[in-house]
Amino acid sequence: MSSTPIRHTALDALHRSLGATMTDFAGWDMPLRYGSERDEHNAVRERAGLFDLSHMGEITVSGPEAAALLNHALVGNLASVGVGRARYTMICQEDGGILDDLIVYRLDDTEFMVVANASNAQVVLDALVERSAGFDAEVRDDRDAYALIAVQGPRSPGILASLTDADLDGLKYYAGLPGTVAGVPALIARTGYTGEDGFELFVKPEHAVELWQALTKAGEGVGLVPCGLSCRDTLRLEAGMPLYGHELSTSLTPFDAGLGRVVKFDKEGDFVGREALTEAASRSLENPPRVLVGLVAEGRRVPRAGYAVVAEGRVIGEVTSGAPSPTLGRPIAMAYVDAAHAAPGTPGVGVDIRGSHEPYEVVALPFHKRRK
Amino acid sequence: MSNPQQLRYSKEHEWLSGAEDGVSTVGITEHAANALGDVVFVQLPEVGDTVTAGETCGELESTKSVSDLYSPVSGEVTEVNEDVVSDPALVNSAPFEGGWLFKVRVAEEPADLLSADEYTAFSAG
Repeated sequence: MSSTPIRHTALDALHRSLGATMTDFAGWDMPLRYGSERDEHNAVRERAGLFDLSHMGEITVSGPEAAALLNHALVGNLASVGVGRARYTMICQEDGGILDDLIVYRLDDTEFMVVANASNAQVVLDALVERSAGFDAEVRDDRDAYALIAVQGPRSPGILASLTDADLDGLKYYAGLPGTVAGVPALIARTGYTGEDGFELFVKPEHAVELWQALTKAGEGVGLVPCGLSCRDTLRLEAGMPLYGHELSTSLTPFDAGLGRVVKFDKEGDFVGREALTEAASRSLENPPRVLVGLVAEGRRVPRAGYAVVAEGRVIGEVTSGAPSPTLGRPIAMAYVDAAHAAPGTPGVGVDIRGSHEPYEVVALPFHKRRK
Repeated sequence: MSNPQQLRYSKEHEWLSGAEDGVSTVGITEHAANALGDVVFVQLPEVGDTVTAGETCGELESTKSVSDLYSPVSGEVTEVNEDVVSDPALVNSAPFEGGWLFKVRVAEEPADLLSADEYTAFSAG
């Protein structure tokens, strides 16, 4: 185990003054919740929530061959991403196993920002540096260069619009542009992990407190509340979004996770994992392994990661994430189950909750879609 | 938070009221409720069950975790709080009052229950 001391974000003192319950997340001391996580969840669904996501790992890739390097190192076609746009993608091992899922922002023709999960940031950085050999491009660790503040929920465009002259109407989902928010220079991105409209603001750490306070004030009248990682997890689960370490791992390929669409075989040049992923793609068509599905409880007991999914008295799968869903009012889960039991409505499926087989309904993901 | 002086406490973060006609009320402390987060499911013993001090007699589920419920005393369960079964959020909003869990006819009390001041020091440490 690493003996690295726990890390604190630029907003640490502010979280404590707000009475946050803190938790160790991937080596960072992060807010778990400020009050009731259910209230925080509902605020994001109905109004707006404010998150400190400064633990996320930013890596800048720049140079004449930055796009070519990313096309070699990642499974997506980053060369086709327009300046000011973002792409959800993955980085895989040679054997096709997922190292991490990423959002990559194209800041310029020759500059990209890769955002990795906190738990994988070092692995991603190391892989990008290794894979950059022979490319005219620089890979830079920018984890300490940014604080990341997200404002999420249906009221977030109005809140942000009151603090910036940036063209938010022109800023589409999965786009990012440099601008100024509350006098602070920021990369304004229309991305998130909640299933709602929202923004992620990458700023210098020394500006984080000022920006947080300005957003808090701007959101006062419309019910914006500070939100911790606990509700972020239930929000992404309801939205059917995978979380590394739960739905994604090195023992799964993107095709196993139902996310084969992120792999672009038709791009120019070779990329790490191409051969294995070509096989994984045909295997997923001919002989699908387990399939990622949604489960909704008929009762009230909550499934947790690692619990067995059962049918006809035998194990047919495993829960990867589970929680009480504030929006549905019932426990929900994502689980990998044998293909024969994966169709929505498949009868007789249950979850083994500490020895008792509780009935669950198989449903299509996501559990929740945002209101348009 | 303050722990009511008239109650006694276990190191598993349950509270126990003084006995009325030999029957005491059991709940979990505010400290425990805060640590759990929003409680969403409560499984209690049934009326007539025998519970044993220090042994599990139910469970509490919150958003992030499931925790065993321990009985702070030994005896027979005489009543369970149906309100908290239908509205588990009572455990968070009123842990020492409307969020009580069950009543027990006390057969035997362990010697190591804590006073309010002792529990306050214990749970802070």
